Amino acid sequence: MHGAGPNLAFWVLAALTLVSAGGVMVSRNLLHAVLFLIVSFLGVAGFFILLSAPFLGMAQIIIYVGAIAVLVLFAILLTPRAGRDNGETRWAAPGVLLSIALMAVLLFVITDTKWTTAKDAPEITAADLGQALLSTWVLPFEIASVLLTAALIGSIMLVRSPEEEAEDALQ
Amino acid sequence: MSLLMLITDNWYDIRDLGNVSHEILYQLDRVLPYSLVYIIAALMGFVASFLIFVLPSQLFVGVLGERKIIGRMQSRYGPNRVGKFGLLQPIADAIKLIQKEALTPKAADKAVMYIAPIVFVAPAVLLFAVVPFGGHSVFADIPVSIVYFIAISGLPVLAAFIGGWSHANKYSLFGSMRIVAMTISYEVPLVLSLLSVVLITGTMRLGGHDGIDGIVQWQRDYHIWLIFLQPLAFLIYFFCVSAELNRTPTDIAEAESEIVAGYLTEYSGMKWGLFYGMDIGYALAAAAFASTVFLGGWSMFGLDRWIPSWLIIIAKTHLFYFIFIWTRGTLPRLRIDQLMTFAWKFLLPLSLANLLVIATEKVIWNKATDGNFDNFWVYIFAAVNILLSVAAVFIWARLLGYRPEATPKRPRLVNTASGYVPIPAPSREVR
Repeated sequence: MHGAGPNLAFWVLAALTLVSAGGVMVSRNLLHAVLFLIVSFLGVAGFFILLSAPFLGMAQIIIYVGAIAVLVLFAILLTPRAGRDNGETRWAAPGVLLSIALMAVLLFVITDTKWTTAKDAPEITAADLGQALLSTWVLPFEIASVLLTAALIGSIMLVRSPEEEAEDALQ
Repeated sequence: MSLLMLITDNWYDIRDLGNVSHEILYQLDRVLPYSLVYIIAALMGFVASFLIFVLPSQLFVGVLGERKIIGRMQSRYGPNRVGKFGLLQPIADAIKLIQKEALTPKAADKAVMYIAPIVFVAPAVLLFAVVPFGGHSVFADIPVSIVYFIAISGLPVLAAFIGGWSHANKYSLFGSMRIVAMTISYEVPLVLSLLSVVLITGTMRLGGHDGIDGIVQWQRDYHIWLIFLQPLAFLIYFFCVSAELNRTPTDIAEAESEIVAGYLTEYSGMKWGLFYGMDIGYALAAAAFASTVFLGGWSMFGLDRWIPSWLIIIAKTHLFYFIFIWTRGTLPRLRIDQLMTFAWKFLLPLSLANLLVIATEKVIWNKATDGNFDNFWVYIFAAVNILLSVAAVFIWARLLGYRPEATPKRPRLVNTASGYVPIPAPSREVR
């Protein structure tokens, strides 16, 4: 892709993603932070589409906007102490340290990577992705599903009430 | 004679409006820079789809037709005062809604409450981008249109959720939680039923034309609609989508007998109007999508060579939309636990079984024909699938304890019993 349109789209998307990512940090209300996070996810999906990877962009929207954001919203609404502000906390110093360490790692990766531009990127379809997932990368794929199953069983065990435990013990 | 000229293979052929727009853009491309032509194409697509499809469908079939038909189903006239046959009723409604004061509660989160209707409207417009109105008249012919449709149709739920949350009203919050819980539940069988469609057709593009794979093109090639090949997937899609659209048999998110109006409780004026209008927009989009995937889209067993393809898809969309109106006008509202049980215990196992059957058939088809897929096997699969679907629905419903209502010997009319409906003695023992 070349020309004025994709360039403009890139800068608009970059501004959208970064501004809303900043909004996640500075907004005092936790739910507003999540809404900013959703806009940021949408911007990232736009980048995927701009990079001629429409399937990844759509997957980004389905998984991050449709599923994870809703999950986070639920988590906030169901957490009793979520009503407090997203502000002063005694974990400020460790948080700053952690973010500096993370940024150092990212900077290292960014400077270490050889950024080359390909003249003609090969067109990768959703079928190719599926082929790769089920042949070359089948082991990580299956391990991810095991992880999801474990999370599912764990959450069911966490929300069982003592009454249900007692009922099951009787049977 | 002049009419026949319109269906020759020239650029002014009315059977495929894509030709006209392609010709205009091609001529513009020679004199204008690329990015300007791009913007003109976007505007043209928007205006054309708005004039041909969205405006007449939404305003007159959606708002007016729905109220008229439901009125007749409930033995009353429906709107008939404004204009001839009440034709101007939607416009009068809109004027009334715009004039109304939009109230905002004091404790509400004003910014979020303000943007929620806007976030709700935008995806409804975006959804129509991938619906093919003909071989070449698709606004955005992306190779993963099905995934695009699923992704975008998940966005309005977020809008409804933040809208309900922003009111600082517990009934609104109940409505929001219900709509999110219901969407999460029904999304699973919906996606699984569409997955079986993708599996058998081997493509994720909705349209397609001669030479390019697509779901409509697949149905044209094999001369069969997917509703006959996969009736179970169609039924599951229909149930799930009517639950996600939040229409009357399943509108527990705004059940006025339980939680005032759910997430719409505090909205008034045009903000409420946007939610109401776009509910119809989503129903039309879902109907267009379902008629594209399951009812052959713009093709009609060769008839699309003579009739403009955009008329065929619009007719199918409205036919499907009529089923939505029908269920809305005749069925009572379900309870939330009934809906959840239905999704997880009935639809989900059936859609998994359907996926298994379709995968097996795809393998058989591939082996039996050595990769040259032919028609013969498709018709056999269609017959097998129809039988299997009926059997699976009956057996699974019986196993779960759903039983058909015992048919009364005489119709128990309410007015013959003067408002009192006698309850017959139970014919079999209650389990």
